[in-house]
Amino acid sequence: MNEVAPTPASPVQRTCTVLRSSRVAAYTRLRLAAPEIGSAAAPGQFVAFAVGGPTSSLLLRRAVAVYAADADGIEVVVAAHGPGTQWLTRRQPGDQVDVVGPLGRPFPDPDRPGPVVVVGGGYGAAALVGLTARLRRQGRPVTAVLGAASADRLFGASDLEGLGAAVLVSTDDGSLGTRGLVTSLLSGSSGSAAAAVAEAAAVYACGPMAMLAATAAVAARVGVACWCSVEESMACGIGVCMTCVLPVVGADGRTRMVRSCVAGPTFDGRAVRWADVGTVPPDTVGAPRAGAGH
Amino acid sequence: MADLRTNVGTVDLPTPVLTASGCAAAGRELAPFVDLAAIGGVVTKSIMAEPRSGRPTPRMVETPSGMLNSIGLQGPGVEAFLAEDLPWLLAQGARAVVSLAGGSTAEYAHLARRLAQAWEDGLRPTAVEVNISCPNVANRGLVFACDPASSAEVVRAVRDALPPDLPTWAKLSPDVTDIVGIAAAALDAGADGLSLVNTTLGLSIDHRTLRPTLGGVTGGLSGPAIRPVALRCVYQVAAAFPDVPLVGIGGIRTGWDAVEFLAAGASAVQVGTVIFNDPSAPARVAEQIGLALDELGLGAVADVVGAAHRPRPGREGA
Repeated sequence: MNEVAPTPASPVQRTCTVLRSSRVAAYTRLRLAAPEIGSAAAPGQFVAFAVGGPTSSLLLRRAVAVYAADADGIEVVVAAHGPGTQWLTRRQPGDQVDVVGPLGRPFPDPDRPGPVVVVGGGYGAAALVGLTARLRRQGRPVTAVLGAASADRLFGASDLEGLGAAVLVSTDDGSLGTRGLVTSLLSGSSGSAAAAVAEAAAVYACGPMAMLAATAAVAARVGVACWCSVEESMACGIGVCMTCVLPVVGADGRTRMVRSCVAGPTFDGRAVRWADVGTVPPDTVGAPRAGAGH
Repeated sequence: MADLRTNVGTVDLPTPVLTASGCAAAGRELAPFVDLAAIGGVVTKSIMAEPRSGRPTPRMVETPSGMLNSIGLQGPGVEAFLAEDLPWLLAQGARAVVSLAGGSTAEYAHLARRLAQAWEDGLRPTAVEVNISCPNVANRGLVFACDPASSAEVVRAVRDALPPDLPTWAKLSPDVTDIVGIAAAALDAGADGLSLVNTTLGLSIDHRTLRPTLGGVTGGLSGPAIRPVALRCVYQVAAAFPDVPLVGIGGIRTGWDAVEFLAAGASAVQVGTVIFNDPSAPARVAEQIGLALDELGLGAVADVVGAAHRPRPGREGA
């Protein structure tokens, strides 16, 4: 209980050249020349982009999970949510971007032998590809359970199949795979996803908060370790802004508001108080007391 | 290149650029990006008496050329700060400016007494910055910095408790009718310098829910969006108190932005929100100040401080 993901190496800030940009389903895949970041990055870590150039009116960094990393650079998968991520998805080969990374705590290996399950929601699956490659190299069978709103928002199925994972797919609209939420595949009383979780040495998940909460609950029910990569809104990505906090139970049993950028984004699914995300639970260390003002 | 050394009253700094409170934690997270010993200084996140959880999320929303934040002064409390954070920061060779926050004059006084004890034990920061933009629990939550008497009471309590050799800067809010009046009150109460300014209060409405976006409803607006407001505050206070050391804060992103604050009367500046955009900013902005001074043909920071208040050249007797 309350294990903490591994401590990462120090991040660097670099101006990186875009080497390649390609569309993958509804997303944009960028490859960047970033030897220092690529050499240091481990699956589960992320990078933070400055967007819009040095006079941009958009000041906050955009945090994006590392999809692939090697000695020459990194690849990321960007979903264009707003003007900042749209700017990122319009970068062309030869353009330069300011990148800070690698950031956050990576996924740990399971603490025992055996198969694993990875659960990805939308482009969140990008964070699971490097992890799956590592787990496959360890000889572990991997079941990948991927979900998305629709077929064009599903990511990673062919990558994970290529790595030898058994891939199960659900879409909210039924345009690909089973209709419904990815978590219904996991929690079904029958079916291979639920069985795979019950037999797993560990479950890893990356995607929307509700998906993480449900996945953590399923894993906890069958007593399987679950590592969740959260996507909280961040201003800096490096631990100074204090905006990306969520309530997490520490080794001492006490709840604190912890920064998902430096304490996470990888958290032990049993330590996060999922139902209380977005609140400060009254028993949190330093929670406001009645009448004390805040 | 121009000489970047400056001084805020009795405080000598190698460059005029410090980190702003709440934008660099207690320095540790910035260490991979800047040499903490080489920058002007690190102003810590505001320290309170007890550990504090801060407010619920969302705590931040991006706005044009800035952001709103509603963190709620999350922090470990003064004891953990004195046991871990401050010793670490001083061990790096950084000039540490400790920011204090409280909900009552008694809390500020307690913090100052703890700092005085730590000082006796050899834990010696460069200065103290009193963050008076906190709600005064005893006065219906009215922010200390919005009332001259409350501002003075807090500053006096801190100044009286701190060692005489530890300079005390009062950090003022721009959300007042007459910032010169608040500055006068803080100076009468013993402030050795003034930090100008804190964030200005703002609001964002979520397009989906049509309710306030931030968990804390209102938030402090920061970033280049507030720079002209901050610059005006520095200019007005410098005009009224030309001999008082001022530290300019508000939306500084480049060396030229900083030069504007120096010309308005600040002898040093702090960079805050820009650190989120560029963690190297405390070093980069200083370097750019040097280039700007070179371009102006000025040899030292002191040559530009207060320049905006001097008559325009060639107009004498006009």
